Amino acid sequence: MDSVVLLRPVPDPVEELELNDDGTDLDRDYLGYVLNEFDDHALEEAILLKEASGGSVTVLGLGSADEMEQILHTALAKGADEAIKLGDDLSQLSVSSQAEIFVSALEGRSYDLILTGVQAADELDGQLAVRVAAKLEIPHVSVVVGADAGDGSVKVTKEFWGGVTADYQVQTPAALGIQAARQAPRYVAVSLIRQAQQGGALSEIDVDPPPETSGVRVVSVRVSETGEGAEMIEGDEEAAAEKIVEIIRGAGV
Amino acid sequence: MSDVFVVTEHLQGQLTETSFELVAQARTIAAQIGGQVVAGLVGSGVTGLAAELGGADRIVVVDDPAFENFSPDGHAAVFGSLIEDSAVVLVPYTSMGMDVASAMSTTSGIPLVSFCASISVDSGLGATCQLYAGKIEADVEVDGDRAIFAVLSGSASAEDGRSGAAAEVTRVPNPVGSELRSTCLGLVEPEGGDVDITSEDVLVVVGRGIESEDNIAEAQEVADLLGGAVAGSRPIIDQGWLAKDRQVGKSGLTVKPKIYLTLGVSGAPEHVEGMKDAETIIAVNTDPQAPIFGVAHYGWVGDIFDLLPELVDKLESD
Ligand SMILES: Cc1cc2nc3c(=O)[nH]c(=O)nc-3n(C[C@H](O)[C@H](O)[C@H](O)COP(=O)(O)OP(=O)(O)OC[C@H]3O[C@@H](n4cnc5c(N)ncnc54)[C@H](O)[C@@H]3O)c2cc1C
Ligand SMILES: Nc1ncnc2c1ncn2[C@@H]1O[C@H](COP(=O)(O)O)[C@@H](O)[C@H]1O
Repeated sequence: MDSVVLLRPVPDPVEELELNDDGTDLDRDYLGYVLNEFDDHALEEAILLKEASGGSVTVLGLGSADEMEQILHTALAKGADEAIKLGDDLSQLSVSSQAEIFVSALEGRSYDLILTGVQAADELDGQLAVRVAAKLEIPHVSVVVGADAGDGSVKVTKEFWGGVTADYQVQTPAALGIQAARQAPRYVAVSLIRQAQQGGALSEIDVDPPPETSGVRVVSVRVSETGEGAEMIEGDEEAAAEKIVEIIRGAGV
Repeated sequence: MSDVFVVTEHLQGQLTETSFELVAQARTIAAQIGGQVVAGLVGSGVTGLAAELGGADRIVVVDDPAFENFSPDGHAAVFGSLIEDSAVVLVPYTSMGMDVASAMSTTSGIPLVSFCASISVDSGLGATCQLYAGKIEADVEVDGDRAIFAVLSGSASAEDGRSGAAAEVTRVPNPVGSELRSTCLGLVEPEGGDVDITSEDVLVVVGRGIESEDNIAEAQEVADLLGGAVAGSRPIIDQGWLAKDRQVGKSGLTVKPKIYLTLGVSGAPEHVEGMKDAETIIAVNTDPQAPIFGVAHYGWVGDIFDLLPELVDKLESD
C-alpha cells in the first residue's frame, strides 16, 4: 500500500498562548510549533501499514516554520521513504486552502491512501482528510483508529463513542482522518534524525497560496475564561492536599 | 432558502442526545431568521424515529437498506442533496458529523464553521468556536448568507429539542444508489473490563501530565484510599497505559461521579463532554490557563508530583 501522509505544524498547545495587539489572532512571533499530534498518529499508522504489507510512505509537510524541516526529517528517520516540503508561510491558511494545496501537490502521483490527523487544534473549517477526499472524489473515513491493507481496498476501524467502533471495507484510493494509530507513535533516536538530514530524501515544492475561499473570518479571539467556575485553592502542595481532602470529605465520600 | 436544517444521527436504533440539542438550537435560529426547522434522518428502518423529532417542522427521511449502517461518504452525499433549501445547516461535531460536515462544505462550497460552542444570527451568520483544545475562544463571521455549523455537544439543552408534536414527514428516495465505496462490516462493542467507571463515586483522572505509565501507581494509591477508581484522558488510553474502558470523554464514557479529581488533564472540549456533570470537580494543573479550570469547581495550580505524596499522607492519616 502506497501512503501519503499530510503533516501540519500547529502552535504548541502546552505553551502559554498570547494574543496579538488587535485581538484577532495569536501572537505568532514567539510561538513554537509542533507537529499536530493526530498527524503523528497518521504517520505511525502509515508506517505500520508499510511494515505489515509493504509499499511506501511519502510525507507532505505544509509550511515554512523551522520546525517543518525537523518534522520531515523525523518522519524520514521513523521510516518514511520520501519527504516533500510545500512552500512558504502557509501555516495560517484555512483548511479548505490547505486541502487545495495538498490536492495540487498530489497531482500526477499514484497512491492508495492519504492519511492525516483527524483534526488540528487551530482549524475552524473542517477536517483536512475529508476535504481532500471530497476534492479528489475519493472515499473518506474520519476518526479512524486502525487500518489494514487489502487488495484494492483497505479495512479501517472508525470510532463512534462510548468505545463503540465499526469496521469498514473501503475502496482505494481513500483518505483517512486518523484519530489514533494502533499503537502510540514511536520515538526515534536523534542520531537517526541526523542521518536523515544528510540522506537527501527531502525535497521542496514551491506553491502559491490559493485565494482564500473558506468564507470564514475570525473577528476576535480571547483566552477562554478559566477559573470562572473554579474556586482556586491557594498555597503550597501541603495546603492544597489538606483542602482537597476537606472538599472530598465534605462531599460525603 | 431560509430553512434551518439539522443533520440528525442515531446509533443502534436511538437518536443521539446531540441530535435533540441541535433541534433545540435550530428552533432558536429559525425564530430569528424565519423559515422552518427541517430535520434530516438517514438510515434503514428509521422512519419510526421521526416520531421523536417533533421539535422540527418537517422531517426528511431517506430510509433505505443501503444505509443500514453509517456510510461516511454515502451519508455525506445524501445529506448534501437534502440541504439545497437551507440557509443554516447544523451538524453534530461527532464522529459521524465529522465525515458529513467537511464533505458537504467542500462539495457545495457553503462555508463550514467547526468547533462551534454557540451560533449567532443577529448581524449575519457567526459563531463562537473553541480552538487550541479549548484554550482559545474565537468569534467568527461567515461571508454570505449560508453556513454549515459543526456544533460541539452540550451547546443547547436536549430536553428543549424533544417534543411529542407531530412534524410533517417526507420520505425521499435514496439519491445516491446502493453502490457505496465503503461497506460497513459491523459495529464492535467494547469489551467490559474489571471496573465500570460510570458507577464509581470517586474518579482520580490522569492526563498527559502524569508523564509515564509508572506514575499512574501514585494516582491509583489515592484512588484506593478514597475507595474509587483511576480513569484517564484519551492520550493515556492511546498510549496503552490504561484500558479503553477507563477513557472519559467524547469517544469514551460519560461519567457523573461525586468526586472527579483531575491530575494533569488540560480540559479539551472532547474530554469535558464526558465529565462536565460530575458533582464536584477538582482540577490540578501547572498551567493557570488550562481550560479545565473553567469547568472545575475547585482548582489548584501546581505540580501533581508535589501534590500526590502530600495527598497520600493526608488520606492515610485521615
Ligand atoms: C474525535 C475526537 C475524540 C476525542 N475523544 C476524547 C475523549 O473521549 N477523551 C479525551 O480525554 N480526549 C479526547 N480527545 C482528545 C482531546 O482533544 C485532547 O487531546 C485530550 O483530552 C488531551 O488530554 P490531556 O488533557 O491528558 O493532555 P494535554 O492536553 O496534553 O494536557 C496535559 C495537561 O497536563 C498539565 N501538566 C503537565 N505536567 C503537569 C504536572 N507535573 N502537574 C500538573 N499538571 C501538569 C499541562 O499543563 C496540560 O494542561 C478526542 C479528540 C478527538 C479529535
Ligand atoms: N445520521 C445518521 N444517518 C443514518 N445512519 C446513521 C446516522 N448516524 C448513525 N447512523 C448509523 O446507522 C447505523 C444503524 O443505526 P440504527 O438503525 O439506528 O441502529 C449505525 O451503525 C450508525 O452508524
